[in-house]
Amino acid sequence: MIELVAVGRRYGDRIAVEDVSLQVAPGELVALVGASGSGKTTTLKMVNRLIEPTTGIVRVAGRDVSGVSGPALRRGIGYCFQQIGLFPHLSVAENVGVVPSLLGWDATRIRRRVADLLSWLELPAELGPRAPAELSGGQQQRVGIARALAGEPDVLLMDEPFGALDPITRETLQQRFQEIRRELGITTLFVTHDMVEALRLADRIAVLDHGRLVQIDAPQRLLRAPATDVVVQLLATPRRQAAALEPLLAGRA
Amino acid sequence: MREWLVDLPAYSAAHLQLSLWALALAAGVSMPLGIWASRRPRLAPTVLGTAGALQTIPSLALLAFMVPLLATIGGWSARVWGIEIAAIGRGPALLALTLYGTLPILQNTVTGLAGVDPAVREAATAMGMTDRQRLWRVEFPLALPVMVAGLRTAAVWVVGTATLATAVGAPSLGHFIFSGLQTRNYATVSVGCFAAGALAIVLERTIRLVERGLARRRRGSLLGGLAALAGLALLAAVPFGSDRSGGGEAPIVIGAKNFTEQYVLAEILAGWIDREAPGASTQVLASLGSTVLFDALRADEVDVYVDYTGTLWTTVLNRRGPNPPREAMLAELRAALREQYGIEVAAALGFENAYALAMRAASARELGITRVAELARVAPQLELGTDYEFLARPEWRALTASYGLSFRATRSMDPSLMYQALARGQVDVISAFSSDGRIAALDLVVLREERGVIPPYDAVVLVGPRLARERPEILEALRRLEGTIDADAMRRLNGLVDQAGSSPRAVAREWLAD
Ligand SMILES: Nc1ncnc2c1ncn2[C@@H]1O[C@H](COP(=O)(O)OP(=O)(O)OP(=O)(O)O)[C@@H](O)[C@H]1O
Ligand SMILES: [Mg+2]
Repeated sequence: MIELVAVGRRYGDRIAVEDVSLQVAPGELVALVGASGSGKTTTLKMVNRLIEPTTGIVRVAGRDVSGVSGPALRRGIGYCFQQIGLFPHLSVAENVGVVPSLLGWDATRIRRRVADLLSWLELPAELGPRAPAELSGGQQQRVGIARALAGEPDVLLMDEPFGALDPITRETLQQRFQEIRRELGITTLFVTHDMVEALRLADRIAVLDHGRLVQIDAPQRLLRAPATDVVVQLLATPRRQAAALEPLLAGRA
Repeated sequence: MREWLVDLPAYSAAHLQLSLWALALAAGVSMPLGIWASRRPRLAPTVLGTAGALQTIPSLALLAFMVPLLATIGGWSARVWGIEIAAIGRGPALLALTLYGTLPILQNTVTGLAGVDPAVREAATAMGMTDRQRLWRVEFPLALPVMVAGLRTAAVWVVGTATLATAVGAPSLGHFIFSGLQTRNYATVSVGCFAAGALAIVLERTIRLVERGLARRRRGSLLGGLAALAGLALLAAVPFGSDRSGGGEAPIVIGAKNFTEQYVLAEILAGWIDREAPGASTQVLASLGSTVLFDALRADEVDVYVDYTGTLWTTVLNRRGPNPPREAMLAELRAALREQYGIEVAAALGFENAYALAMRAASARELGITRVAELARVAPQLELGTDYEFLARPEWRALTASYGLSFRATRSMDPSLMYQALARGQVDVISAFSSDGRIAALDLVVLREERGVIPPYDAVVLVGPRLARERPEILEALRRLEGTIDADAMRRLNGLVDQAGSSPRAVAREWLAD
């Protein structure tokens, strides 16, 4: 569904991403992980042409995206990110309805779609007319996800969408998101810093290091056979935490 | 005082109208310009810099500069397209005020757009908005409250600066300030200042309401503010100078420069026309800049006003060298103005308002001086007080050259202080205006100047080409003013305003009743 072929991006002499090739199958969730500055966001944004690759080819649904106009391409691809970027001058319902309105849907269809999305994301319908500023961080993040899904996209790009949430909210939202995504069969490329999140949500995990793809594998395989030291280090943190917690939890039980 | 207050509503409405138009134009120019500039980051500093530079031009200079500018453009457009553009009045005022109001709106447009959260901007793009959709659906509405705040700042500036529009012939509250200052009627000055201040505050509050409504998405305040703005615009739409004596024809516009004598004479002309030519309506346009007025007459924007032969001789006919005697100068002017401009000299009123050297009557008697020629002898012991420009004028050069005048010291000061200084003995001789009421009031005498080096300044009633052509009965009525006001009479009338505090209109009425 998403296909990157030898994709690279430079800023002058600085290489942000180099020679990345990967495919995301229909309905699959691939997590992009890696240290800060490893090129995750850049890779993600090259899929919907928020950033143009300097080399390589990006295909979505089999079509080379460089031949599709940016706005048209983006209307068919859901996008959400950590800063959420809700439109402060629009109500929650209007925010969710942005892409459908750009797609030219009629008002009743938009209203129905917005109501469905709010209920899927377990947002009370009364929030619809409110301003985004009147919502909690977790609620805003849900609205951001609802907005990304509103145009019925087959493909979803997410950049640390749960990064700013408290652990409990994050976990409920991760779960809810996973259910919706599975149900709708949405192909997802998902950037995260949080290795535990990647291990929990992803069908496969792609590890970037200094702009290069060092391994892409299912979580178990990654745990069992890390390809490089970088991967080992990334996995070390959750391992360490689990190891530290185990005796404590056992002791209490 | 009450005389002045009668005019307050009309001048306030004119002031508001001028300000609102200027603001609308400024917003209409600078919002699109700001949007355009903010999408070209390399050009934005240039655009803002230019607007900032305009702002540093003193507002009075900017206003005054618009007159010759419009006259040039107008002459050109009349030739090319046959479209006449008025060089005085609301045109230049509107242009200058619009330029003046541009900067704050432009700045806030650029700042407002730049201040949109980058995350929000990126989200708009990522949702699939085109650049244009992002601008109109996201950036513009988010920047709008900031832009409106700029409009608010502009409103305060423009309403304040509009007081100066009086000098280029646009009626505004500045009328009270200018004429009040000239006639030393500080109550009138205060009325003008307070009224302008009140207008600025009302407008500022109204726009603030709109701004709040936009920023906090409160429909109530937004609609309330917009309704109040619309109400103000309606109030301002009251036509200016809905004349005093009725009549269907366009009113005859009577101009006045910005000093007491001119205010009184304009009111006398208005009253005279009302009485001698019943049915004609008149309107007084006062406090015009002195050079503006002749151009306005020529262009038929002003129909009648009083000017002085010496002034016309040098500034309009551009004559230099020895001055002909009074009668000859008048005759030559009459012929030249008729031939070159179609302007009629309807009447010489019978007095002069010339630069003249004046002394305390007592000390002149003591020194035995009645003529300038006799002054030269004792001048080295005396001190001369003048207004700011006298020492730089040809009259002063001519006097010193011809009479060999040389004073112990010279001091420049405000004209109103100059007379006081002489009366109190702080100076011995001053450069007075020969028709000033204070000459009689403070017991001063004017020294005779017999060699004719100071040109004659006979007050003459000028009638513009259109009025002269189309309304001969008015011209005839004005001709009957010939020789009706002598120098003593004029001094007395000026004194009634300057010393006794009467309004020019009341003084004129009294004169007409005699
Ligand atoms: N506009 C740009 N100009 C120059 N360099 C850039 C630009 N955008 C990104 N880079 C560089 O490209 C590299 C990759 O950046 P990217 O944002 O993709 O990293 P990331 O993996 O998303 O990091 P993080 O986890 O901190 O978000 C970094 O070294 C960054 O400094
Ligand atoms: Mg990133």
